[in-house]
Amino acid sequence: MAKGLDIKLIKNGKRLDGRDMEEMRPLKMELGVLDRADGSAAIELGETKVIAAVYGPTKLHPQHRQQPKKAVLSVRYQMLPFSTTDRCRPGPNRRSIEIGLVIKKALEPIIFLEEFPRADIQIEIEVIQANASTRVTGLTAASLALADAGIPMKGLISACAVGKIQDKLILDVAGAEDSYGGADFPIAMINGGDEITLLQLDGDLNQKEMKPALDLAQKGCKILFDQQKNVLKNTYKVGDQK
Amino acid sequence: MSELVKDKSLVIPGEALFEGMDYLPGPGTYRNDKKIVSKYLGVAEFKNNRLVRVIPLKGKYIPRENDFVIGYISRVSHAIWQVDLNSPYEGILPLSEGTEEFIDLNEKSLEDFYDIDDTIVVKIKKVTQTKDVQLTMKDRRAKKLIGGRIIEISHTKVPRLIGKSGTMVGTIKDKTGCVIIVGQNGRVWLKGNNEELAVRAIKKVEAEAHTSGLTDKITHWLDEESKKVK
Repeated sequence: MAKGLDIKLIKNGKRLDGRDMEEMRPLKMELGVLDRADGSAAIELGETKVIAAVYGPTKLHPQHRQQPKKAVLSVRYQMLPFSTTDRCRPGPNRRSIEIGLVIKKALEPIIFLEEFPRADIQIEIEVIQANASTRVTGLTAASLALADAGIPMKGLISACAVGKIQDKLILDVAGAEDSYGGADFPIAMINGGDEITLLQLDGDLNQKEMKPALDLAQKGCKILFDQQKNVLKNTYKVGDQK
Repeated sequence: MSELVKDKSLVIPGEALFEGMDYLPGPGTYRNDKKIVSKYLGVAEFKNNRLVRVIPLKGKYIPRENDFVIGYISRVSHAIWQVDLNSPYEGILPLSEGTEEFIDLNEKSLEDFYDIDDTIVVKIKKVTQTKDVQLTMKDRRAKKLIGGRIIEISHTKVPRLIGKSGTMVGTIKDKTGCVIIVGQNGRVWLKGNNEELAVRAIKKVEAEAHTSGLTDKITHWLDEESKKVK
């Protein structure tokens, strides 16, 4: 993260894209976007577009990866070549493998893995267009896709990133704020704030900023969670059963 | 001590259904302190003032004991058949459960009974904790299926296709004259002169499974469709 560059990220009390400090980018969620997958979801958060698909539970190959008492999650996070301003080389790289692993660890506590011993649950996250906050958006999409696939879960995960520009905390980091801001603090919560399942920090936050940053993240997760609830309930309508 | 959602309403994973200890958490739910919470995206049901359960809308078939399922033989080895059950878990049909008669393996081979890709209706005898599935053919309803065709529907829609004490599938059988066998794993076998209509009826039931008064609707629809043919 480039620091010390003198770029004004706040102008007239607004951020570069005209948002308030605690305002998220326009949000769009859709469920069941892929017919072939068992479950799928797409999320657009401003310019960040992510699609997630879930296959499974299926038989796990190779067999030596099988766990006798629980299912194994296989998470693959990938950025498409045309998702960034400079073309990014396709295929797994250090960053995507790491983010896939982080997302896997964040999803594990909410899935009842012990209901599917020896099985495999495959989660594919494709970033179609990236403008910061891709891992958190991918995680939010993955949890929707899991619900769509009918996998038993403790709850939904919603995740957002909190940042710091010119010593002010901001919600939903985007664009130059990611490249030149003081911190990027991605957080994932279960059911809009019950528990924290992912917390990373790039840059620095001091002790006093920590608590407000967490509160702000919870606010963002709540917005995402409400939208997740809406999209799940509106996609599948249950007819009047007298 | 109260119901937090209405009976038969759509719930999402993590949604609290009931507060208090008066109800038991049924299939598709778990208890979190004093609350009963849903595990699935599905329909909540309150049963007999005792039990809350959630019927998932989607998901893979997980074998349960005493289910009748339609399977394909996927592998034949020395003394067992392996059966594909439209599920993450394969079924094992041992020689001893495959047939009532005594088999001398020096004279006969397992393929003489069930060969690869043969279709069987089979009963699930036992499911272990690690989901090893043992099957048995020693039941009146278990048999090898010859001819006909198979369609696959979502296993969550199977109870709807069967209907209350078999009314729905009974209606389709009567109106189309087909023989129909419904496996709990979502595979449906049909044989008869009017298979095409029966398939369309089954697909219609699957698509409209969530609506009420479906049996009457299907009866009516089948009557009209058969008139068109004539």
